[in-house]
Amino acid sequence: MRVHVDRDRCIGSGNCVMTDEEVFDQDDEGKVVLLENEPGAGHDEAVRTAVASCPVQAISAARPAR
Amino acid sequence: MTRTPDMPVHIRRDRFEPAPELGRLRTEQPVSRVRLVTGAPAWLVTRYEDVREVLGDSGRFGNSEDGRPAGAPPLRVPDAEAEVPRLWSPGNLLAYDPPDHTRLRRLVTGEFTVKRMRRLRPRIEAIVTEHLDAMERSGPPVDLVQSFALPIPSLVICELLGVPYTDRADFQHRSNIRLDLSLGLDRRVAAMREAQEYMAGLVAAQRKRPGEDMLGMLVREHGDEISDEELTGLADLLLIAGHETTSNMLGLGTLFLLRNPGHLAWARQDEHIDAVVEELLRHLSIVHTVIPRVVRADTVISGQPLKAGDLVVCSLPAANRDPALTADPDRFDPGRKVSHLAFGHGIHHCLGAPLARMEMRIAYPALLRRFPALRPAVPFEEIRFRMYSVVHGLESLPVTW
Repeated sequence: MRVHVDRDRCIGSGNCVMTDEEVFDQDDEGKVVLLENEPGAGHDEAVRTAVASCPVQAISAARPAR
Repeated sequence: MTRTPDMPVHIRRDRFEPAPELGRLRTEQPVSRVRLVTGAPAWLVTRYEDVREVLGDSGRFGNSEDGRPAGAPPLRVPDAEAEVPRLWSPGNLLAYDPPDHTRLRRLVTGEFTVKRMRRLRPRIEAIVTEHLDAMERSGPPVDLVQSFALPIPSLVICELLGVPYTDRADFQHRSNIRLDLSLGLDRRVAAMREAQEYMAGLVAAQRKRPGEDMLGMLVREHGDEISDEELTGLADLLLIAGHETTSNMLGLGTLFLLRNPGHLAWARQDEHIDAVVEELLRHLSIVHTVIPRVVRADTVISGQPLKAGDLVVCSLPAANRDPALTADPDRFDPGRKVSHLAFGHGIHHCLGAPLARMEMRIAYPALLRRFPALRPAVPFEEIRFRMYSVVHGLESLPVTW
């Protein structure tokens, strides 16, 4: 999955970091930091959960077009 | 003392369950007419998707109206000299919309990151251990609310914020009054004002000599971006939100687990506790509704037209038990993976959620491992649930082991 985050929308809930710390992190102000923009298939479920549980829809994910 | 004021449907509970009428409304009339405790008419939203839509759109559904929180009664000034009495205060994030909300919340989001919470873990574990030791020393029976559920989050938020824990009896008492919907507005406003004065004193002291805590950080790093009044309101919100919510989850959640021994084994194990905590949050949804929103421009939710200026309340337990969210929603099942709304949704999503989760993930297993034979010390029928509070929970929970 290719992941995209919108740091302007982010409110720092931390839901994504709790879902998958290998993909998402937070900076000192709590804003989301993307660690992997194309994490492997093993992260698909976690990424989908992170997208759904973000309170402000700051995360999107899609299969990259090949 | 008897007090039996009728609570509106969105506040009524039957012990662990939301009022059955709430489920009926969700099916038959998902956006229905209710009266708030203040008497104001409002729309009650009960479906999961609708609640997400309302809370997720702060442009269409605002939190403030004429400079006060939506739905808050415009209180009269008894004499012209006096300050306007109110149940809210500047700095209370729940009474703000963007861009002011964004400005104020940004100052504290960094204090609640997952990493910051992880650094707090050893201290929270030590606090939990101290309280378990004290319970063991005093011996059964004890009131689990007073000896465990309330003091642990209280002490944690006090240390984090920079509020002297020795003042806890006073601020806990004031919180109870402020959240008690059966009391007259005068008493609740008086408790609010006392709390404001108390916090204003702490803020003044921090301005002179900023400490190593969150209040000190705000003064040192953001002192010129936030007024004393805002700092007072913000700290007051964090103090009340920091101890009322988690403490009710700890008390009510423990009783729920004790009544459902099949789930106790999971709750004792660190590898399953996260799932148990999430399901307790969904299943119990202790915050009845988020604070009212005001419709900014005529709109429609689930086919129901809403007019600009109308008030909207969203039921969190109804949304979290919507069959459209998860199958067999009234059953407790830690195996589900759902995005519940117990912490709200949208830009006002609970700031302290990572802290609350950390506290629960530490406290439940520690309690249940220390006292493997923990059980209520009175018959279930005698346990008193909070019937009139903004946050659901237990008045007390006598336990033995």
